Amino acid sequence: MKPLHLTLAALALAGSAAMGETIATGDLGLVIERTTGAVLLVDQSDRAALARIEGLGDLSHASLVYSPDQRFAYVFGRDGGLTKVDLVERRIAGRVVQAGNAIGGAISDDGALVAVSNYEPGGVRIFDAVTLEMVADIPTGSKTIGLVDVPGRRFVFTLWDAGETWIADLSGDEAQITKITGMGKNPYDALVTANGRTYIAGLFGEDGLSALDLWDEDPKPRQVLPGYGRGEEPLPVYKMPHLEGWALAGAEFVLPAVGRHEVLWVDARDFTETGRTATHGQPVFAMARPDGRQVWVNFAHPLNDTIQVIDTVTKQVVHVFKPGPAVLHMEFTPRGHEVWVSVRDADKIMIYDTQSFEKRGEIDADSPSGIFFTARAHRMGL
Amino acid sequence: MRSLLVLALLGTPALADDLDPEALKRLVHQDCGSCHGLTLKGGLGPDLRVETLAHYDREGLASVILYGVPGTPMPPWEPLMSDAEALWIAEYLLTGESE
Ligand code: HEC
Repeated sequence: MKPLHLTLAALALAGSAAMGETIATGDLGLVIERTTGAVLLVDQSDRAALARIEGLGDLSHASLVYSPDQRFAYVFGRDGGLTKVDLVERRIAGRVVQAGNAIGGAISDDGALVAVSNYEPGGVRIFDAVTLEMVADIPTGSKTIGLVDVPGRRFVFTLWDAGETWIADLSGDEAQITKITGMGKNPYDALVTANGRTYIAGLFGEDGLSALDLWDEDPKPRQVLPGYGRGEEPLPVYKMPHLEGWALAGAEFVLPAVGRHEVLWVDARDFTETGRTATHGQPVFAMARPDGRQVWVNFAHPLNDTIQVIDTVTKQVVHVFKPGPAVLHMEFTPRGHEVWVSVRDADKIMIYDTQSFEKRGEIDADSPSGIFFTARAHRMGL
Repeated sequence: MRSLLVLALLGTPALADDLDPEALKRLVHQDCGSCHGLTLKGGLGPDLRVETLAHYDREGLASVILYGVPGTPMPPWEPLMSDAEALWIAEYLLTGESE
């Protein structure tokens, strides 16, 4: 893609008001710059930054989703800000501060609704994707985590304090809520499989996870790996792991263990344990390369300068390296040939080849955290 | 707590030499911030701004940091930091310098 300023300059020269060039966004992405409240527009093919868009508020722990046409991003800030960013015009297209303290969001399958989950006041709020007007408010009385979209204009999310999962169906005029109790003590994050069928919540308050079959008429929680710590005292947790970057490698899930230096392998069909791989530290993200052949793992403070790559056939660590201080996030190119890594305290994004592990490039960024390529627009549950 | 008391008796200014305030500030906003929010207004963990911490004295706050809050996600930082560092962070939070 050609940088926009060239296009604009060319247009100005030609003295024409007509849009001379179509701007493709399929290989673009945004990187969260936590401390400056900005996002960096990046080009995956050129391995370059194109523009910085500022004014998004407190972006610690921020994430975003894309509109189906990959033109707009909806950025969920910690301060409750919901910002709509236009990738084509490289500007903020809308912004509302919708709560005191937000944690993440999702976009409905049809792209019409954007949902935000909030810590304060606890609950989920749903907005019109075009106007950012609120269309539904679902208070839960609890910190709300693990919000994902599933087919049928539905959102699924979980209550940290109450250990419940709620399904909000927005296909009609009013939101229909189904509540599922007994998910376990202090669920901290959740994932949904790419087909929207299985929802898995990780538990902080007990060893284990809970799974729901969303194809079931009346989904009931099913315990996964109960007591996986085998009664050992867990280590203190300095950073909550994320399940959003969960990995489905072949027929197995790979999940970060809480308070332990290992990742857990689970059979995707019957949820039994199929193995464990000892890791360098407490895993934060365990992300499968899109083909499922490798899993890349980063770690909590103070071991967060390292990445380990695990081969999913042998479950062995095949590569270890140190991109730099505070590796916060990893994003694969849609077909997995490269991975982009944000190294917060080096103020850089590093780009690696996933076959040779060679470095392919680096980009300056101010305290970078999440990296999000537009290809996410076409995947469920991200 | 034992060592904290000793420190308190000795007075802390002399210890400032070994501390790296920039690194500690970064730790507070980035690493504590991953649960308490970058601006410490709260997240999974509560608001850590002066008004909400007013009921703590410096030593009490340092001991929450060092030993955590058992049964909650608040981890003990004692494996990763010295008593002097915890006291520095307590002071930093209580003076409102962190805001
Ligand atoms: C993994 C998440 C996490 C991290 C990281 C974390 N905290 Fe906490 N913290 C919590 C939670 C949750 C609580 C609330 C505990 C409770 O329910 O009483 C808490 C409570 C506290 C309290 C008590 C607040 C009060 O009003 O009584 C202090 C002080 C505190 N944390 C300081 C820190 C500092 C300083 C750091 C960094 C050195 C830190 N925390 C890092 C999760 C965390």
